Amino acid sequence: MQQVKERQTAVSQATDIPEPARLPIYRSMVDIRQLLRRANDLFLQNLVKGTMHLGLGQEAVAVGFAAGMNKDDYSFCTYRGHHHALARGASMLSVLGELMGRQCGLMSGKGGSMHLTSVEHGLMGSYAIVGSHLPIAAGAAWSAQYRGTTQVAVAFFGDGAANIGAFHETLNLAAVMKLPVIFVCENNLYMEYTPIATVTAVKHPAADRAGGYGLEKIVIDGNNIEVIYRTAGEAIAKARAGGGPSLIECMTYRQGGHSRADPAKYRPPEELAEWLKRDPIVRYRTRLIGLGVKEQALKAIEAESAAKVDQATEAAKASPAPSLESTMTDVWADGGSGWHN
Amino acid sequence: MAQLSYRESIAAALAYEMTRDERVVLFGEDTAAAGGVFKTTEGLLAKFGPRRVKDMPISELAILGAAMGMAMTGLRPVAEIMFSDFLACCWDYVANEIPKARYMSNGQITLPLVIRTLNGAGARFGAQHSQSVENWAMAVPGIKVVAPSNAADAKGLLLAAIRDPDPVIFFEHKYLLSSKCNVPDGEHLVPLGQAAVLREGSDVTIIALAAMVPKALQAADTLAAEHGIEATVVDVRTLVPLDLQTLLRQAKRTGRVFTVEENPRLCGWGAEIASIIQEQAFSALKQPIVRITTPHVPIPATDQLEDAVVPSAAGIVAEIGRALEAHSSKPRK
Repeated sequence: MQQVKERQTAVSQATDIPEPARLPIYRSMVDIRQLLRRANDLFLQNLVKGTMHLGLGQEAVAVGFAAGMNKDDYSFCTYRGHHHALARGASMLSVLGELMGRQCGLMSGKGGSMHLTSVEHGLMGSYAIVGSHLPIAAGAAWSAQYRGTTQVAVAFFGDGAANIGAFHETLNLAAVMKLPVIFVCENNLYMEYTPIATVTAVKHPAADRAGGYGLEKIVIDGNNIEVIYRTAGEAIAKARAGGGPSLIECMTYRQGGHSRADPAKYRPPEELAEWLKRDPIVRYRTRLIGLGVKEQALKAIEAESAAKVDQATEAAKASPAPSLESTMTDVWADGGSGWHN
Repeated sequence: MAQLSYRESIAAALAYEMTRDERVVLFGEDTAAAGGVFKTTEGLLAKFGPRRVKDMPISELAILGAAMGMAMTGLRPVAEIMFSDFLACCWDYVANEIPKARYMSNGQITLPLVIRTLNGAGARFGAQHSQSVENWAMAVPGIKVVAPSNAADAKGLLLAAIRDPDPVIFFEHKYLLSSKCNVPDGEHLVPLGQAAVLREGSDVTIIALAAMVPKALQAADTLAAEHGIEATVVDVRTLVPLDLQTLLRQAKRTGRVFTVEENPRLCGWGAEIASIIQEQAFSALKQPIVRITTPHVPIPATDQLEDAVVPSAAGIVAEIGRALEAHSSKPRK
């Protein structure tokens, strides 16, 4: 793994995550992991159609940031957004239901896997055009600044997005306007099927560009929930206080392929093995035990999570398909789709 | 009521809505301090300050993306893309993001935003600053398309666009910026989706938009004075929503329909309208519908060449005369 201590991220102290937050954070990561695994199984059973981009292995980034956000803060994520939807509080049923194209889905099947949106949870959309959500997040941050609230917007994106124009336009604008927005790169080493290093002029696709916009270069271990939690907290506090944007590159690893179409055979086996050893959930589990949490308690969380996933699966399977009438609704704010009188 | 130019009317409309609604924020390239490269936003920075009128970097993606983020979080942004040709630089937002957000989110996201942009030929700016691209926007479900033809409508339609709960792309026309007419003071609202019948005549129906409207009116005067042909002229005003009923009624009135479009030939908005009219009013037609358009070429720069490709009043008269003669049903007196 690359050296990820470019910003003095010394090993976290036990005080990093306050005691009452620890088990909820662990639970959230386990919930996501188990639900994503189930989604994968359902895809193989042809109960999830189309495509699907799983965030397996990247759970800590989602949970660490969500833990530092208020309910009225905004999240913007990519087509690989299931872990963020769940971390912000969308129910397993609503996420699974959307993947399965059921009425109970977050958008009742009209958006699909790549567009999870739950405004009530601050999840202002998942965007399938790489990088397109970065300026949108800046706009939400501008709105918060304009309205005089202390809300922040957090935009999660992949390493591939750092080579697209919208990334650069947005960083410049956010820095110029000191917008309360945090740009979080989940660097999972692969731009779809292509190793990011082979197509990028700098080592850190996001963080190495920070200087070009007057921002601090921040690279952290994206598989260490405590580091993420602390870094997120600092960036969010800075944004709320009017200190402007942050750009944080989290080194993590996509444990599966780009999408369900990709078996990811291009990954060197030793690389995969190395990263699996750094699995963020396994690491935090070990850490919690080190902090004195009884393994029993963790096993209970894991069992509860499995039961919830089973329950959500059955409920989603039982949910009806959306009505065909819904194809013609909600193009316009009047609820309809008419374009002439 | 005051005589205002089209550009003054746009500034007046923006000022009116910004005074009325604190949520309206205006931004674009050279929009604030410079008052717009075509002076359509002159005086607004002084009146409303830098919080509400903002200069942006040359970053069309960021401009439209930011507008979208603002609109979904409670504001009513008015974003300016300096030339409509530059919509191609941020087409992702016009085609993929803004118009689809409500639908994909199953109604969770509402985007009350306006994209103002300067469309059309007439300034001798060449192929990348002179296009008429309203038909691009019309092809995308989920965005309303407005193109005023005179100063009064520029105000009335802009007020309606800013108050609309849906995203609107508002095409201002550079050929019309200096054109003047009486513009009502204060509240003057022209609802989206209402075409205007500007002239009534029993022989032919000319359907036009934006800068083609004054040319169609001029052509109608010539047809009446020199050829004894009485034309109805309809200003479409908004392509989406489309006032189809007025178009059908006016098509049936004469049975001889001409569309006048500044967009290049293929897939121009007139093709859609002609298709609907022949489908829904076929038995009322006395001859084929004729589309008068810019030919399917880029817009050339120099004055004689630009004038040669964009439909002109004389060109409209000639085309209508030719068509009537070809079908020998001309009601020439």
